[in-house]
Parts: sequence; structure tokens; C-alpha cells
Amino acid sequence: MEKRYVKDRLRRSMMFVPGNNPGMITDARIYGADCIMFDLEDSVAYTEKDAARFLVHNALKTLDFGKKEIVVRINDLTSGLGVRDLEAIIPAGVHVVRLPKTDNAQDVIDCEKEIARIEEKHGIPVGVTGMMAAIESANGVLNAREIAHASDRLIGIALGAEDYVTDLKTTRSDGIELLFARSMILNAARSAGIAALDTVYSDVNNEEGFIEEATLIHKLGFDGKSVINPRQIGPLHHIFIPSEKDLKKAYAIMDAIAEANARGSGVASLNGKMIDKPVVIRAQRLIALAEADNAVEEE
Amino acid sequence: MKLLKTAMAGTMESGDIMVTIVPLENGGITLDLTSSVMQQYGRRIGEVIRETLGELGVTNAAVSAVDKGALDCTVRARVSAAAFRCAQAENDHWG
Repeated sequence: MEKRYVKDRLRRSMMFVPGNNPGMITDARIYGADCIMFDLEDSVAYTEKDAARFLVHNALKTLDFGKKEIVVRINDLTSGLGVRDLEAIIPAGVHVVRLPKTDNAQDVIDCEKEIARIEEKHGIPVGVTGMMAAIESANGVLNAREIAHASDRLIGIALGAEDYVTDLKTTRSDGIELLFARSMILNAARSAGIAALDTVYSDVNNEEGFIEEATLIHKLGFDGKSVINPRQIGPLHHIFIPSEKDLKKAYAIMDAIAEANARGSGVASLNGKMIDKPVVIRAQRLIALAEADNAVEEE
Repeated sequence: MKLLKTAMAGTMESGDIMVTIVPLENGGITLDLTSSVMQQYGRRIGEVIRETLGELGVTNAAVSAVDKGALDCTVRARVSAAAFRCAQAENDHWG
């Protein structure tokens, strides 16, 4: 069955699944992540890249992942492995290709050309495969805006922090070292109308640290975060679910707008306060998030 | 596909299958299979191994496989990876 990416959808959690581990690939669906990301890059040893390609190809063709968004992280194109990865996964059907180590717009354009060539070769409608770009260097962060605007196929851009902090000559600590990169990536994503996705939190046993980081990126405005362990999914989703109080207010705002429209009035108010456009947009987003969460729960 | 050397693919982890292929000059395909679910799925696993080799044009080989509860798609993937390693070739015909 043909897979076609969706530009705008719920992406609170994107779970990394090593591409050469059949047990984890088979079980990936059951943990409740919004997106499943099969990894052909860093989690696969160089000598196993070929085997992982066969495994992910066959899994994509055969297994039913329900309504999950399926992403595959390929190796970068300059490694000589990236195109081989694309040759294997595009005909098998994938929603989104995640390009690692994106330094500039040309990296995205080069990858898009290869995807289009392979789609055409296999009689797949050109343009059905989405892309996301991971930014993992100082150069990439400074070019975030041009990267975010480089292709219509992009559903989002993501921060890859481990390589980035190495490039900055620092290490990961309380998050202050990532503030500039996160802000750049978020603003670049928003200027292009696409998703902003945060990096992994590697210390899986530190739930408190994970919650702190997830709370921070939620406040900043990120759509979601990569996770490396299913245990991180529940706490992450909990942070992104709107509170009942906020949700009630959002519904009240939308009711007031509907009432004003019915009256033929262009001005709506709630509890004596005028409702302006940004308030409506925030209310709509909150409701969409809550409804999407219910839809996921019911799946 | 012309097999050049002995090769293997897969692991002994749960949900996986470790496949070793030895090229033969003649004699068809011989299969030595052990599986944690031999009773229920042994025959099916053997069929998938033979089917995959057939699709790859492998006609003479000694195959040994240790299965740890792999799904069909995993069996196909591991047999294919082992066969291409045997042939010292890359797959150019994904479909």
C-alpha cells in the first residue's frame, strides 16, 4: 500500500528503533509513540548496514504499524551509504526520510533529488515521500532558516544535540548550551510552517531530568521530541496534553466565536474580554492537540 | 546469483534468526534448521528460506539457520543479507 506523508500531524514523540534489531522493530508499534523512526545510521554498526537495510525494507513492506507515522533515518549522502539506504526504503514505502547532519539547503535539495529519482524509477508518484532534516552542527544551526525552506517535502527540522555540542566544544548539561540552537531551529521551523522537533535525552534512568527537559521544550514551542526508550513516551505525552482548565477555556473561546458569527458580529468576547485572533489560534491548537491525543488513545 | 564464499547474517537475539550459507557446486539446497518454535513454525520457516533463495536465483547451497522466533519478514531479510554477502554483491533491484 502506498504511503503518503502528512504535513501537519501530532508528533509529540518520535521513537528511535535500531534498524538491525528485528525484535524492537516488531514491537515498535505497541509503545504508543506518535512516530516510529527506524534508524539506519548511528545505531547500526558499519559492518551491519547491509543487513539493516534488508530488515527495514522487509519490515516496511510487511508489518502493519497502524496510524503511526513511519520515519527512517538514513546515513548522510556524503558517506556513500545514504543513497543505498534510499534505494532500499523508498520502494518499500515510508512516510518520512530523516536526513542526518544537515548543514545547508543544498543537503536537503540533493536528498530530495535522489528520492524523486527513486520514486520515479519504481512508478511511485513523485512527491509522496516526506522529509525531515536533522541539524547537528554550528553551521547547520546558523543555516536553519534556509534548511527549513529548502523543500516542500519537509515536514520538520530537528536538533541532533550530541554532534552539535561536540562541534561547539562543550558537552550537554542543564540545557543552556542548547538554548541558541533550539531557538534558531524553532524560529526557522515556524517561519517555514513546519514542525520543530527536539533532540534525545540520553540518560534513560533519569526521569526527573527528562521531564525537566521536556517541559522546557514544550514551553519553548516545540512540537515534540525524539525518544530512545519507550519509558520516555508516557511522561512526554503527559506534558503535551492540555490541562482540563485550559481545554475548557479553549472550548469557551470557540463557542463565543461561533455565537458572534451567528449574530453576524465580527467581534467576540468572553467574560468581558475581547477575543482577538492569536487567542483563537491558540485555542484551536489546544483543541486539536487534545482531540488528536484522544484519537491516538482510541487507535 | 553466484555465491563466492561462506557468509552469515542475523543474531541469536529473540525475534531474530542467524543464517549461514555455504556455496555448493551442485546438490541443490540443503537446510539445517533449529528453532525455538520448531514444532509450530519449523515447516513455514523452511519454506520461507527456500522461497527467498529461489527468488534470488540461488540453486546450490548448504544453509544452516538458528531461529529465535523470527517473523517471515525477518527470515527473508536475513537470508537475503547472507546471500548477498556470499555473492559479495550489493542489491540493485529493490522492489
